[in-house]
Amino acid sequence: MSSVSSTGRLSGGRPGSAGTSSGTGSTTSSAAPATGRPAGGASLLRTRRPRASVTRPRRSLTLTVLTGVVLVYSLVPLAWLVINASKTQKDLFSSFGLWFSGDFALGDNIRQALTYDDGIFLRWFANTVLYVVVGAGGATFLALIGGYGLAKFRFPGKRGVFAIVIGAVAVPGTALAVPTFLMFSQMGITDTPWSVIIPSLISPFGLYLMWTFSAEAVPDELLEAARIDGAGEVRTFFRVSLPLLSPGIVTVLLFTMVATWNNYFLPLIMLRDPKWYPLTLGLNAWNSQSSTAGGEAIFNLVITGALLTILPLVIAFLFLQRYWQSGLAAGSVKE
Amino acid sequence: MTTTSITTGRGLAGQPPPRGVRTRRTRRSWTGWKFVGPFMAVFTLVFLAPIAYSVYLSLFRTQLVGGTTFVGLDNYVAAFQDPQFWSGVARVGLFLLIQVPIMLGIALLVALAIDSGRLYGKNFFRISIFMPYAVPGVVAALMWGFMYGTRFGLIGNINDAFGTSIPDPITSSFVLAAIGNIVTWEFVGYNMLIFFAALRVVPHSLYEAAEIDGAGQWRIITAIKIPAIRGALVIATIFSIIGSFQLFNEPSILQSLSPNYITTYFTPNLYAYSLSFSGQQYNYAATVAIIMGLLTMLVAYVVQLRGMRKEA
Repeated sequence: MSSVSSTGRLSGGRPGSAGTSSGTGSTTSSAAPATGRPAGGASLLRTRRPRASVTRPRRSLTLTVLTGVVLVYSLVPLAWLVINASKTQKDLFSSFGLWFSGDFALGDNIRQALTYDDGIFLRWFANTVLYVVVGAGGATFLALIGGYGLAKFRFPGKRGVFAIVIGAVAVPGTALAVPTFLMFSQMGITDTPWSVIIPSLISPFGLYLMWTFSAEAVPDELLEAARIDGAGEVRTFFRVSLPLLSPGIVTVLLFTMVATWNNYFLPLIMLRDPKWYPLTLGLNAWNSQSSTAGGEAIFNLVITGALLTILPLVIAFLFLQRYWQSGLAAGSVKE
Repeated sequence: MTTTSITTGRGLAGQPPPRGVRTRRTRRSWTGWKFVGPFMAVFTLVFLAPIAYSVYLSLFRTQLVGGTTFVGLDNYVAAFQDPQFWSGVARVGLFLLIQVPIMLGIALLVALAIDSGRLYGKNFFRISIFMPYAVPGVVAALMWGFMYGTRFGLIGNINDAFGTSIPDPITSSFVLAAIGNIVTWEFVGYNMLIFFAALRVVPHSLYEAAEIDGAGQWRIITAIKIPAIRGALVIATIFSIIGSFQLFNEPSILQSLSPNYITTYFTPNLYAYSLSFSGQQYNYAATVAIIMGLLTMLVAYVVQLRGMRKEA
């Protein structure tokens, strides 16, 4: 039932294509002469304020300040993190949280965080990178070919695939976590990297995004031409389609990377040995160390470690802005 | 390969077919499975098999004496009469009713503000407000946990400065609101971006036409912009509902700071986790997880139906 109606919705929404209309919308300057003519008289009658039209907006200080409240809300915790990563543990307790104070200990904190407990932080970092490269990379690849297959081929059972995948998105993680753990423990792969990597390989959202993206970005005519030239489907995919799909791939890669990098629940269940911990689990272990009997409180290292954990993702998002923003736009229009 | 034979019967080569309409050129064959197969194989292993196994587990009970026995729906009956389970459900229900509208409301307002083009430095706004999404839930919970603290957190600073004695919100009855704030902080930007991306593809000619008809900014927002992105609103709502029902990371991290207020059954997810990993009650944990899964799907489905009906 639900799957049928949503199939219709998905393909129905497609003609309002992202690529064509977004380009014209953003260039306000070229649209300006056209709107200037008819609006002139009417708007003078209507209001005494300087003319502010939707198509030719005037910047507003009030609106900027109001939105600025949300901006401050978003950035203050990050500022807090940076500021407090520069304090010694003693200063953490004795100084005002939102300004620098005491010795500037950022370098020292980083050195300590990296060398504490025989450099376990670096080990966690390497584990995280391993899970991200294999897990998110694999997830992106599976979503890429799967989404492409769904968009460009008709095959028996296609509707079934769609219904199952959409239904699965709504299944909560825990409904899967416990039985997955039990299954994996019978297979003897809990407490190994595989137990974290294998479940990360599936991203239903990634599949959906690649599907809608492939439907738009790869013209059927191009595939047809390749077939006429005698290229096999796999070869056509790598030679013809792949380059066209790259913005979508970057988007899916970024989002699966975030999901894997930030994963906590799955490794928490699967891993016992701190040697295989990702950063998220490791930081939590450091934090709870202070509340265990005989544990040494290392809040400065928790804070510095947290800063080092988020830095790679922040940098990735900043530098790849252009790609993921266009990819996300293409994915979200469908709805 | 198999594909060479198709090249013959192709008539209308130059004419692009209308989209969404089945074209004759995409031939129904098994070739598609070469691409979809790998995804479905792993999907079966990590999604379908665990779900089936869950259902199987939920029909049995393991006891120290007597071993594992088939009990039919007894576990479900037990769950329906379990006050701890329902208190968790009620808690995430309350969370959902309050946190989700606030978060999506702020996200929508910011998206509209950025899309209006009336902000100074709108790109800076967009990327900065999105940034918390890149912060792992664990780090966000740790960070806010510190900031909430009365010892070296901001609340402590406020108390010192003004002589007040505001309690640490996570060690008081405000704990749910404190968690709501963390989740809002993490996901406002993400939802804002979804809305913003949807707004960008609304044809601007619609705004021009409305303006010529004398519509003001507010009217354009309510009559054109919001209906145009209804699909994105519905999807964001569904994702947020799923997220709320699955609430786990934040309460689990904060639990060590606030064991009296964050119980082992604080959310259904936490309950299922505690049942299986501290209580070894795998069968009952699977039952709880299945009920939550069904409940989530039901609510998501109702939201989708309502959202789509308005669209028609």
